[in-house]
Amino acid sequence: MSVYMLRRLLQAVAVVFAMSLIVFVGVYAIGDPVEILISPDADQIERERAIAALGLDLPLWEQYFVFLSKALQGDLGRSFVFNEPALRLILQRMPATLELAFGATIMALVIGLPLGLYAGLRPDSPVSRTIMAGSILGFSLPTFWVGLMLIMVFAVQLGWLPSTGRGPTREFLGMQWSFLTWDGLRHLLLPAINLSLFKISLVIRLTRAGVRETILMDFVKFARAKGLSPNRVIFVHVFKNILIPVVTVVGLELGSTIAFSVVTESVFAWPGMGKLIIDSINVLDRPVIVAYLMIIVMMFIIINLVVDLTYSVLDPRVRLEAKGT
Amino acid sequence: MNGTAPPTLEVRNLRTHFFTRAGVVKAVDDVSFSVPRGKVLGLVGESGSGKSVTGFSVMGLVDPPGRVVSGEILFQGRDLTKLSEEEMRDLRGNRIAMIFQDPMMTLNPVLRIDTQMIETVLAHARVSREEARQRARDALGMVGIPSPEERLQSYPHQFSGGMRQRVAIAIALLHRPELIIADEPTTALDVTIQGQILAEVQKLSATTGTALIWITHDLSVVAGLADEIAVMYAGRIVEHGTVAEVLDRPLHPYTVGLIGSVPSRNRRGEPLRQIPGMTPSLLNLPPGCPFRARCPRAAEDCREEPPMREVVPGRDVRCFRPHLEAAEEATA
Ligand SMILES: Nc1ncnc2c1ncn2[C@@H]1O[C@H](COP(=O)(O)OP(=O)(O)O)[C@@H](O)[C@H]1O
Ligand code: SF4
Ligand SMILES: [Mg+2]
Repeated sequence: MSVYMLRRLLQAVAVVFAMSLIVFVGVYAIGDPVEILISPDADQIERERAIAALGLDLPLWEQYFVFLSKALQGDLGRSFVFNEPALRLILQRMPATLELAFGATIMALVIGLPLGLYAGLRPDSPVSRTIMAGSILGFSLPTFWVGLMLIMVFAVQLGWLPSTGRGPTREFLGMQWSFLTWDGLRHLLLPAINLSLFKISLVIRLTRAGVRETILMDFVKFARAKGLSPNRVIFVHVFKNILIPVVTVVGLELGSTIAFSVVTESVFAWPGMGKLIIDSINVLDRPVIVAYLMIIVMMFIIINLVVDLTYSVLDPRVRLEAKGT
Repeated sequence: MNGTAPPTLEVRNLRTHFFTRAGVVKAVDDVSFSVPRGKVLGLVGESGSGKSVTGFSVMGLVDPPGRVVSGEILFQGRDLTKLSEEEMRDLRGNRIAMIFQDPMMTLNPVLRIDTQMIETVLAHARVSREEARQRARDALGMVGIPSPEERLQSYPHQFSGGMRQRVAIAIALLHRPELIIADEPTTALDVTIQGQILAEVQKLSATTGTALIWITHDLSVVAGLADEIAVMYAGRIVEHGTVAEVLDRPLHPYTVGLIGSVPSRNRRGEPLRQIPGMTPSLLNLPPGCPFRARCPRAAEDCREEPPMREVVPGRDVRCFRPHLEAAEEATA
């Protein structure tokens, strides 16, 4: 177990270093922030002073090493725009994005699992066909369009739910969360639905495929031959088996949900990391962009690790192999 | 068998058909047999002859598009085809148990052995979890699994194939069923373990009075185990008799072919004969004797379907031209 974990950890560190280089060079290549940040009226001396203050006069590799050595001390640079540490800027907005992504994931499981289960058990019923047709829509409709429609219907026409912002928040673990207040929860609902649409479809399809496959297995017939109730057969014998692929995929998807929340956050003016990065790209706020990308990379790596561990809890076969090495 | 008590299981004119898109598959077509208390019936036939479907019909586990179309399945005199799903569930795993062919597939890979055993106990008995666990442990011990207490905590993949089949047998024995249907339970195992399991099952059924249907495609397996043999071909029973009768004096050309394909002590050194040809598809089977295309004795009248008839006293065979001369030679 420990050797396995150590190997995974070393791999993760190597990936972080490689990504830091790629991200830094990539971002350096996309434009010159000086043009945007410094007033066109500034004279040559003022320009040079500003460039030196931002560290932009050094050669690229030196900038990278400055960035790296500071990064190792937890300093990912200061935002050109806000004149605040980039890391703090992003971390401030992280709870908003996290609660949005988790809300969407929970919604995907709560809605997707029962629908997928039903569609798998009664594949030929009209209800199942409707569910499956709906899941195709969920896959193919563009997120921003659905977001606008949700605002049109539920915020503008019906006036049931707010369409922008997080609403009131409450502090928990030193961070501000919307889902802890009733009004915040109402603000969260529409964006979370918007973000979860694709994932609901994904969970429905995974669950249905898993059920179709599993109910044909001998062990399900044997469970029935033991005289177990249909509920026990479905919710213990079948369900526990399909949970493995569903949890794996949904867990791995969490990273991309966080990354793709950019669209939803823009549509609903949700003040999360996604909205911050869009604004930062517009003004080429390089340290924020680099810090954001590094945090996303870290997040993917951590999620992969956590999914692996969860997987081994759910699947006894993996657990033992891991112990063996 | 004495005439008063009904046999544990009596199947009469059972037909189980699958209504597929391509047509009707008559997997079991007019099958009758009975198994008395404490006796072993060997149900023998090539793969695809309808043996498993016969077993699942008795269990009430035939899934759509298949269903039992007609016939009676009398378990201790009660017709199972008339029971509700709840009534069947009370019998399954309790009074009638089944063991499957592939031990690698019959246990749920993500549930511990104790979970899979205790749930079976609790499905049919009102006992505490502790009591259920105790029964599970005893059942594992009974089928020869060492240190059952520890093994209860294991997952299926921690067992060998032979051990998994023992666990499956232990599960089948939990409620001391009156009838066990064993569907090729040793086919996937190697010969030594096969022998051990055969011996143990035989001992168990003799001591507990359990009736046993032992399904196999291998005549040599039932030779030492069964009391009676029913030979199945294309969804029908073509020959039926005691082990001695069927093995020493096979009457149906198909049985003769099957015995010819088994290496036996009389025939050692001779090349193994195969029955030429293939099992016919049961989908839209043409009328007439289904063995016709492969039968060395086939003639014009075999275009008709041969009925099951008593050709020699006490011997039922479904053939117009049984091997009577062999029987005469042997008795002469
Ligand atoms: N679900 C099903 N749908 C259609 N045909 C089936 C199904 N299950 C079994 N059959 C058919 O029933 C016949 C008998 O199968 P089976 O009882 O499994 O044979 P055996 O156990 O003797 O090898 C086969 O021809 C098979 O194709
Ligand atoms: S009825 Fe005819 S074809 Fe069928 S087994 Fe007998 S002899 Fe052969
Ligand atoms: Mg079979």
